[in-house]
Amino acid sequence: MTLEMTTDTLSAVDTTVNAPPAVSPEGETLKMRGRDVKVFYGNKQALHGVDLDVRKNRVTALIGPSGCGKSTFLRCLNRMNDTIDICRVEGNILLDNDDIYDPRIDVVELRARVGMVFQKPNPFPKSIFENVAYGPRIHGLAQSKTDLEAIVASSLQRAGLFEEVKDRLDEPGTGLSGGQQQRLCIARAIAVAPEVILMDEPCSALDPIATAKVEELIDELRQNYTIVIVTHSMQQAARVSQHTAFFHLGNLVEEGLTNDIFTNPKDQRTQDYITGRFG
Amino acid sequence: MTDIAQDTAGSAIGGRVKGIPSGVHTTDEARKRLKKRYSMEARFKAYGIGAIALAATFLVLLLYTIVGSGLPAFTYNYVNVPLDLSAEKVDPANPAGASYNTIIRDGLKAELPFASDRKNRRVLYSLVSSGANVTLQKQVMNDPSLLGETGPVAVPLSDFADLYVKGLITQQTEFLPSSAATVSGTEGQVTVTAEDPEFTKILASLKTYYEREIELLAGKIEARGRSEASVISKIAGLETRLAGEKDPLVAQRLTSEIEGNKAALVKIIAALEKQKAELVTLQGHFDNVAMGGTLNANMPSFFIEVNGGTIKAENVTPTSVTGTAFIPLASQAAVPAGQWGIKELETPESFRKFSDKEIAYTDYLIAKGSVENEWNSIFFSAGASREAEMAGIWGAAVGSFWTMLVTLSLSFPIGVSAAIYLEEFAPKNRWTQLIEVNINNLAAVPSIVFGLLGLAVFLNVFGLPRSAPLVGGMVLALMTLPTIIIASRAALQAVPPSIREAALGVGASRLQAVFHHVLPLAMPGILTGTIIGMAQALGETAPLLMIGMVAFIVDIPASPVDPSTVLPVQIFMWADFPEPAFQQKTSAAIMVLLGFLISMNAFAIILRKRFERRW
Repeated sequence: MTLEMTTDTLSAVDTTVNAPPAVSPEGETLKMRGRDVKVFYGNKQALHGVDLDVRKNRVTALIGPSGCGKSTFLRCLNRMNDTIDICRVEGNILLDNDDIYDPRIDVVELRARVGMVFQKPNPFPKSIFENVAYGPRIHGLAQSKTDLEAIVASSLQRAGLFEEVKDRLDEPGTGLSGGQQQRLCIARAIAVAPEVILMDEPCSALDPIATAKVEELIDELRQNYTIVIVTHSMQQAARVSQHTAFFHLGNLVEEGLTNDIFTNPKDQRTQDYITGRFG
Repeated sequence: MTDIAQDTAGSAIGGRVKGIPSGVHTTDEARKRLKKRYSMEARFKAYGIGAIALAATFLVLLLYTIVGSGLPAFTYNYVNVPLDLSAEKVDPANPAGASYNTIIRDGLKAELPFASDRKNRRVLYSLVSSGANVTLQKQVMNDPSLLGETGPVAVPLSDFADLYVKGLITQQTEFLPSSAATVSGTEGQVTVTAEDPEFTKILASLKTYYEREIELLAGKIEARGRSEASVISKIAGLETRLAGEKDPLVAQRLTSEIEGNKAALVKIIAALEKQKAELVTLQGHFDNVAMGGTLNANMPSFFIEVNGGTIKAENVTPTSVTGTAFIPLASQAAVPAGQWGIKELETPESFRKFSDKEIAYTDYLIAKGSVENEWNSIFFSAGASREAEMAGIWGAAVGSFWTMLVTLSLSFPIGVSAAIYLEEFAPKNRWTQLIEVNINNLAAVPSIVFGLLGLAVFLNVFGLPRSAPLVGGMVLALMTLPTIIIASRAALQAVPPSIREAALGVGASRLQAVFHHVLPLAMPGILTGTIIGMAQALGETAPLLMIGMVAFIVDIPASPVDPSTVLPVQIFMWADFPEPAFQQKTSAAIMVLLGFLISMNAFAIILRKRFERRW
């Protein structure tokens, strides 16, 4: 039984390797593709068939008024919605060429490949070191203690936190300031070497200075990761993203280059939203 | 109503709410409302303080009573007399085989040589515990250096002697006479004559006794008189009916009834005469009590302590006392004032189980310095016994320990696993809801039902040993499980979901998220629930009675399958025993149980604090 499963998974992976990566009309690689994604909470439908592509090494911003389904869509991308009993997802979401809702896909592996940063900083109530080391440890990414220390250090460095905390790695992560905690959470997410990082309003609980730091960080991280960010702040979307998707009442209204969306929206609702008429 | 509706309809956004005048919060009425709110708050605070004060009062009262009556049982009185443990009496090769009873008796005899006749000796021997020989044997076996010589060895007093020494048998009052006295002899009947009327106190006590007796007897005579009168009137009534009766059969029945009543009347009159004569005698005694009288066992006893001897007062006049010398006097010399004394034992001899002679002998031993109060090691090291002085709490404490160990090692892992499964993994559907409701119901099931279950399943079906802590622990684990499950589920629910999401977000499996992050955070709450459950289990008696843990077990249980009892059951059993020494032990055992409980909880709290500090 186990053997069969392994073979199946392997064949799935094989097709992935063999199939050419999907590309956008502009020639950019598509890291994730959502096709006709519908989400139901019990009887209530939260998403009405969303088609959205996430481009590799780009920041994609999801914007829209509260309750429009942007967070729901984000949480579908690493199957975080599985934790909600009454939630049901239809349609296809592909990571490279794998359907992530395929029963043969291991959700633990998926979440290692698609990391997540949450709205409120939620470090584990453990030391800073343990917070970052936890992911690599459970995935067996470090062969030795030295390896692990190197991973932790480089993750903190890439999250721009290392200089601030290098002398107090044993102190609890919950003792840091809000902005530092959020960067710690980003360090924790990148420590498991994900391909995609999902960020659910990562700056909504932070002050402007901390927000600026995190935004800077997001821009840097784009070199190595594909990032999807949900935000309420249009300025933030304009600042950090290359692509923007506007959601409204569970529908994807418009998507495209951030510049185009903000300067030349095609849809009236987008126009109204970005000019602050509603939302 | 319509006004308000119109006002609301007319109000503009951002404007003032219509119908409410401005300055509404500064009117007298508003101030009154505010004052009312404050006074309500003050009242509520007062109720709270009152409730806490009431609870604290009862707690202090409870502790005071238990500690007050239990503390004396923590020490015990031993008589320390030289005992002949030479090779002649105890074979050094076989010290267990010696007759320790004889050795102890010989030692006592040597201490009180005047207790020579059989009756006195029996009184003397009754002062030491009937288990003293066993204690002595153990002492000798543990410490062979005692052998081969005659040296002072402490052996336990009997339970009543111990209570007497602790002052729990009778109150004592001592008077110091202010004049000199002479004695008529040193042994047997001795008369002490004082220069002044020193013994009026004794006569006053006698007078009070007579007064009470006369009053009692007068009451009885009055009652008898009433019944005499009623019998006489009944006879008269019957005779009238007989005179008018035609039916010979009825007449015959009436006649026999009259005869029966007359016989009863004769008896009543005779008894009445006797009581009246008694009353006259008592009255005579009472009238002459100033001149002197004879004491008896229904009134306080008086000892005259003179020249190193003790005389029990029997016949008393204002200036002299005649009585038996329980302890012979050292000399017949006259004693100056202040060198002799009168001792009153308030509880009459017939009301206590420790006779005057026993008191005199015990006092003699105390005066010689042979009685010593020591830590009651027997109580803390022995198992159950029918002899109060040999009974200990250790057997029950060890039984409780084994039982709690079994309960904890079953209920904690099972309860926590069940809570984790229900809270983190089980789908929320009708079945899990049914299970949840039933777990909550189980928490309210009377504990004796679990005892019946244990009896039916563990003993009769599985054939596990009766009276064993293993089975007791299993039954209590069943009882504790719902508590632990409910508390653990609440603790797991209280862990913020963001922690689970964080763990799942870095790719932890659900099991890893629970065991690495959620469970450690829930642990303090889980431990609190466990403490509550275990404390409940520790104090539980009813289910244990059903599986035979109420048995009389002398041996200390060495493992969870040995027969044993537990602390609350031991308390329950001791509370049932009539000996006053067991009443002390009951309170002392409650203190031990409380100590057990507190140390168990302290351990859990320390554990909890460590968990809290780690995160």
